[in-house]
Amino acid sequence: MRFELTPRTNSPTVMRVFASVAAFITAFLIAGFVIWLMGRSPIAAFDVYVLQPLSDPWSLQELIVKATPMALIAIGLSYCFRANLWNIGAEGQYVIGAVLGGWLALRTHGTDAGAWVLPLMLLLGVIGGALWGLIPAFLKTRFGVNEILTSLMLVYVAQLILDYLVRGPWRDPKGFNFPQSVTFDPSATLHPILEGGRVHYGAVFAAIAVLVTAIVLGRTLFGYRLKLTGDAPRAARFAGFSSKATILAVFAISGGLAGLAGISEVSGQIGQLQPSISPGYGFTAITVAFLGRLNPIGILVASLVVALTFIGGESAQIMLKLPLDLTQAFQGILLLCVLAADAMVSYRIRFVTRGGGK
Amino acid sequence: MFSGKVFGALAGVAVLALSATGAVAQAKDKIKVGFIYVGPVGDHGWSYQHDVGRQAIEKAFPGKVTTTFVESVPEADSERAIEQLARTGHDLIFTTSFGFMEPTLKVAKKYPNIKFEHATGFKRNPNLSTYAAKFHEGRYIIGQIAGKMTKSNTIGYVGAFPIPEVIAGINAFYLGAQSVNPAVKIKIVFANTWYDPAKEGDAAKALLDQGVDMLAQHTDSPAPIQAAEARGKFGFGQASDMERFAPKAQLTAIVDNWSDYYVARAKAVLDGTWKSEDVWGGLASNMVVMTPYKNMPDDVKKLAQETEAAIRSGKLNPFKCPITGQDGKEIECKGQGALSDEQVLGMNFYVKGIEDKIPQ
Repeated sequence: MRFELTPRTNSPTVMRVFASVAAFITAFLIAGFVIWLMGRSPIAAFDVYVLQPLSDPWSLQELIVKATPMALIAIGLSYCFRANLWNIGAEGQYVIGAVLGGWLALRTHGTDAGAWVLPLMLLLGVIGGALWGLIPAFLKTRFGVNEILTSLMLVYVAQLILDYLVRGPWRDPKGFNFPQSVTFDPSATLHPILEGGRVHYGAVFAAIAVLVTAIVLGRTLFGYRLKLTGDAPRAARFAGFSSKATILAVFAISGGLAGLAGISEVSGQIGQLQPSISPGYGFTAITVAFLGRLNPIGILVASLVVALTFIGGESAQIMLKLPLDLTQAFQGILLLCVLAADAMVSYRIRFVTRGGGK
Repeated sequence: MFSGKVFGALAGVAVLALSATGAVAQAKDKIKVGFIYVGPVGDHGWSYQHDVGRQAIEKAFPGKVTTTFVESVPEADSERAIEQLARTGHDLIFTTSFGFMEPTLKVAKKYPNIKFEHATGFKRNPNLSTYAAKFHEGRYIIGQIAGKMTKSNTIGYVGAFPIPEVIAGINAFYLGAQSVNPAVKIKIVFANTWYDPAKEGDAAKALLDQGVDMLAQHTDSPAPIQAAEARGKFGFGQASDMERFAPKAQLTAIVDNWSDYYVARAKAVLDGTWKSEDVWGGLASNMVVMTPYKNMPDDVKKLAQETEAAIRSGKLNPFKCPITGQDGKEIECKGQGALSDEQVLGMNFYVKGIEDKIPQ
């Protein structure tokens, strides 16, 4: 006996939403079972992981802080993934955005520069990320090089550039030779939205990116072109859409948004350049993009859910002494369930007995 | 990927130490102590040793102290984890990597009634202490052992990053080796990681291929010493006792022993006597511990024990003046007969006799 997957011709939206909910419930049941096997109460774990963070203003704020870079990057990635282009290097684009924007912050350090610094920094962040993203796009369009490899390898190049800069020329001269830059001036700092809070304006950028993307993908020719390029590349060519232009455009967009996330984190959260400026947001965002099924609203929700697993995971370590590995396992289980549910909605599963196949 | 646990410096950015306003110390019956680790507790290196210290607190005050830890906290995203500990009723919080410095300071300012302790940093506050260990004291001893025992007259050194702590360790090691063997040469490889068994092992093998027969390491996995063991050469354990990974190769290990310090600080909070301080402990205060000297001739063992005793009693300082830099010029002596603490904590030069250049 074997399985056979046949595509469903139409799967209603209701069913898709229902499948998402079912996926989440399944993931929680599996995780709960593991926690029960470890001799802990799954109910208490659910409370600490999910209910408490969602009912406390402090953790709600932290949820937004954590979700912001992931949402920004994942929104950008959705452009690529929709067109069946695999930008795996958002982490590098994030870093180069932070480097280019951070350069201006360091150049203007201690100079009483005006309010123009921050907007220009953000712009440089976008440009830096976009340029870094255009490298694999160019290599693909010009030489047919696989973009998965080049974009991924450029992550390491970007990280080493940052590493070199903060250990060498950009090192804080008063920092006892430690590898970090000076802390940014107030004019180069992305301020919190509420005084004393931690949510900075990067969250607003993420919200704008979600809205704009919803419009672009749903209501413009460009959005249609992406979908067609992804689903039926031959048809897209017949329709006169240049695949090269599409490749360059989506890599520039996703690189630019990753760069914006990078400079926002550095100027809004960390406040200086240092060897490590991301706990892997560029890679986590790939998960977020797929959890959100490449839909802007879905990505927004997914980024908050993934942020919740991080924050809940820390609470679980502190309050229940549950290991960190469980948090990471849970993230994996969740992704697997959502993808499985998605497959079940899109395809009909048939059991074929021996010899009964076509 | 982290660049953490670097030594901080004493002076400079000093934030007023004791402006003892308000916050009158009060004795407590029960306290909660929290830890933030940069790596997994199972790494058998840096974070593992801090966790040994955490367990020592639990043992020392049964029923009075409960402890919590959060492991593998990324430095770029640590503020929330530290604040979570602050918000969940912890009285004393240890953040155990250099990269946690700014976030710890931010959270400490927000929660003035909670005591914070940051390892290897240099920014303090009335409720934020810093602490670090003089591992270079141990490195001087293993340098002497290596200098005595080498047959090829070439010793190898696997470093993590070219930061002051590691540079000072290399210099202390080489000065120790030179003190007993003026002709000894050293080869240095930076692995650019604190913990990555594959990379560390490759670095060690590259050194062994170049003919070194003594291998020191300033990275946390047992891979380098295991490589030495496999080739019948010798090495030194780092952070933890690595004898079980390399029973024939380990001559001794420099162990990070935070237990005494952690127990003392927890007691200070219980007694209401905690004060913001800057502690730089070494062999004398048991923060740096040498495991038994093994696999070496008796005369080398005796020398090592004597050197250890001399450093412990303060008779010997690995960085006693005069010290000549790589360029042949004497380094200005800013301390009392030895380099000052600031000079050691910010060290960015190699001493004479080391032929490599510090990567920039």
